[in-house]
Amino acid sequence: MSAEVNLPAPAKHASMAQFFKSHMRDYGMLISLLAIVAFFQYMTDGTLLRPLNLTNLVLQNSYIVIMALGMLLVIVAGHIDLSVGSIVGFIGALAAILMVQYHLHFIPTTIICLLAGGAIGAAQGYWVAYFRIPSFIVTLAGMLVFRGLSLALLAGQSVGPFPVEFQRLSSGFIPDVFGMEGYHLTTLLLCVVTPLAMIGLNVAARIRRHRFAIDQEPLPLFIVKNLGLFAAMAYIGSLLATYKGLPNVLIIMVVLIGLYAFVTRDTTIGRRVYALGGNEKAAKLSGIDTRRLTFYTFVNMGVLAALAGLIFAARLNTATPKAGVSFELDVIAACFIGGASASGGVGRVTGAVIGAFIMGVMNNGMSIIGIGIDWQQVIKGLVLLAAVFFDVYNKSKS
Amino acid sequence: MKPLLEMRGITKTFPGVKALDNVNLSVRAGEIHALIGENGAGKSTLMKVLSGVYPHGSYSGEIRFQDQEATFRGITDSEKLGIIIIHQELALVPLLSITENLFLGNERAKKGVIDWSAATVKARELLRMVGLSDSPETLVTNIGVGKQQLVEIAKALSKEVKLLILDEPTASLNESDSDALLALLLEFKARGIASILISHKLNEIAKVADRVTILRDGSTVETLDCHEAPIRQERIIKGMVGREIADRYPKRTTTPGELLFEVKGWNADHPIHAGRRMVKDVSISVRRGEVVGIAGLMGAGRTEFAMSLFGGAYGQNISGKAYLHGREIDVSTIRRAMNSGLAYATEDRKHYGLVLDNDIRHNVSLANLTGVSKKGVIHHEREIEVANEYRRRLRIRCSSVFQETVNLSGGNQQKVVLSKWLFSDPQVLILDEPTRGIDVGAKYEIYTIVNQLVAEGRGVILISSEMPELLGIADRIYVMNEGAMVAEMPASDASQEKIMGAIMSSTGRPSASTPSREKLQ
Repeated sequence: MSAEVNLPAPAKHASMAQFFKSHMRDYGMLISLLAIVAFFQYMTDGTLLRPLNLTNLVLQNSYIVIMALGMLLVIVAGHIDLSVGSIVGFIGALAAILMVQYHLHFIPTTIICLLAGGAIGAAQGYWVAYFRIPSFIVTLAGMLVFRGLSLALLAGQSVGPFPVEFQRLSSGFIPDVFGMEGYHLTTLLLCVVTPLAMIGLNVAARIRRHRFAIDQEPLPLFIVKNLGLFAAMAYIGSLLATYKGLPNVLIIMVVLIGLYAFVTRDTTIGRRVYALGGNEKAAKLSGIDTRRLTFYTFVNMGVLAALAGLIFAARLNTATPKAGVSFELDVIAACFIGGASASGGVGRVTGAVIGAFIMGVMNNGMSIIGIGIDWQQVIKGLVLLAAVFFDVYNKSKS
Repeated sequence: MKPLLEMRGITKTFPGVKALDNVNLSVRAGEIHALIGENGAGKSTLMKVLSGVYPHGSYSGEIRFQDQEATFRGITDSEKLGIIIIHQELALVPLLSITENLFLGNERAKKGVIDWSAATVKARELLRMVGLSDSPETLVTNIGVGKQQLVEIAKALSKEVKLLILDEPTASLNESDSDALLALLLEFKARGIASILISHKLNEIAKVADRVTILRDGSTVETLDCHEAPIRQERIIKGMVGREIADRYPKRTTTPGELLFEVKGWNADHPIHAGRRMVKDVSISVRRGEVVGIAGLMGAGRTEFAMSLFGGAYGQNISGKAYLHGREIDVSTIRRAMNSGLAYATEDRKHYGLVLDNDIRHNVSLANLTGVSKKGVIHHEREIEVANEYRRRLRIRCSSVFQETVNLSGGNQQKVVLSKWLFSDPQVLILDEPTRGIDVGAKYEIYTIVNQLVAEGRGVILISSEMPELLGIADRIYVMNEGAMVAEMPASDASQEKIMGAIMSSTGRPSASTPSREKLQ
């Protein structure tokens, strides 16, 4: 950590308060999540952050988070995808038929299912991108079609169980190379090394930005943020290490979050999606193939929805026709809570992930306290409204 | 005579900026009062204060209207007194009829039920007053911008207007529509309605204004009376920019070189109505270091030609050949046209040029992301360097390159659009109305940039509706009318009369190269 302390004083810094104000949304989100976690930790007498429940929290939310990554791109591009819940159900059904009825190995099944998801996304994206049919309508149609098809595939029955190797996708944990009794040392090490590496990258980026005299967050905030990141991850790691270690799903999720954060922020493709959503005509006249880009955001969404479908099916260890019902609402809500704009062009991966976890922690926390499904929905709806109101209010004030 | 409107010592501050500093404005009953100033001088802010968009209390100073102190809390308050503002961007609903638009929010209704016959009768009367003969049932989307402007004015008349404020009403109108609109203002004047006219077109102001108030950097510079002494444009410009601009068009020292770019037999149909030919057998050539102007009236097909040439961004059934350095190039998609060395800077920077929510940096790099990236990964520092370089070169006025383009003035937005295309390093740059709606100072800077471009050996095609501008900076001028090129002349030989003559003599003449015309008729 000494590297940043030795940084020369930056040439020009916005004052702390000013910076905080202009980045209200970003920090507000994170602070809300922490507040919600703290609230439920207190209300549930510490059950929320017990290793077992923490593991559950990750497993329960993984598919929402994974789909939120794709949905964020779709929303930033100026569209919406209502069909993802049905795709989850359909892919689960497809996987069940292939593995249970046709006894196909789980690896080819996974590949086929991901390809099928991509094909579904392509089929929908085709109408949206090349015929300019509003995505709301196309994916509403898709929502009905794939819900119907999953019913048809399963003939209205639940199909399972799955082979054990496939179940590991959801219920498995990473192996421990140290083999310590009752303590998953690999997990702890991963949860210490990963944030350290991230902090290293952050410091490097900060030094580089400083050299180019780019405005950035005030140093104290930077230190607090990075220490917080380290502490949070190390704490979670130490908790999970006393249980079964890191779930496989968590690894998949973290890798995907990192990948999509990178793609949206640092690649030309990501930049083009933002330009497309911000002003399609200007993007097109700047030489961007807006139709193909729109098409691929839907293909991408399809693949991620298929992955989510596989994870969900593996978790339940059975495919049911009802799987994934109303998932699309949670996914879309996560993106909007995370600050994405309904008119496109604005939104961040980190925001969508935090949004997904806000929803997830609330679901989990309220269930533990014993609030019924009825009131849970009311509260979640109001939180969504409040988050977006906060957004709009902030914007109109500036 | 007591003034109709008296604004005294108006000061309006935004966080960190003093937008208006002790501004005075006085408008007499029944006069046309021109309000001019560079972009960002505070004209719009002043009008927003007047119309109540910025409510009483959010500014300091006093507004008196008809000898009463006015304390508007919102637009409805000012409208009640007869102060009506018509914004540059028209506030009409395109898919509603003229009648519906005229009485929107002010419906001819009894207990919430609209009396359509009364509304139609009243609408006809209003339309007659503004000289519009279209049926009141016509959808607004089906009439041209000029007529839409008149509908806006008719709407103002329906509200018992006493003071009409027009924000650049002629910015998107052609000459004849502009003249009609100005004549209308004179007619209103005869009936005792005062107008505040915000405009960059100094010749229009000279035509109709009784007095001129000049704003600069948020303060009143002076108010000139046009009747005391005829006002010279140079006088106004000096007031606006605070210095004398000796020559409105910077001198160019370079001369055109060899043939660079050529288009032969270019045709394009309307994007929806196949067979309706909008660009007819157009051929042009551009030499290295040459500025080629395309003159014509609104709707002559100039933008259509340019956009269809730029990767088929407009139209269908496009045919024709394009050559660069004598070799045929592929311009079938925008990407290919760009790779072949073309660039097109749009006339509509807000809708087609900029991603307004994004900052300057992202807009500059948008057309050439490969220039700031390696294997698809953006090099952020390089991107910032590029943006800063163009900010310096084109003198973009902004707090930093991280400023969102939506907050820039028109002239600076235009410079961002130009930066974007300069960074894509084109051989031939098509500029479509590059100085529309921007002030004299910024125009001069844009012309300077054009000179730099041709000095680097590039070719520039300049589409402009302002003939003095074409005559001032083009080397050679093509005249386009009804989709076809009807004349070509060296700028040294050209004059406004010659250009208009070419347009007039070709209007309505069936041209040999349009077989589709017969099909339509």
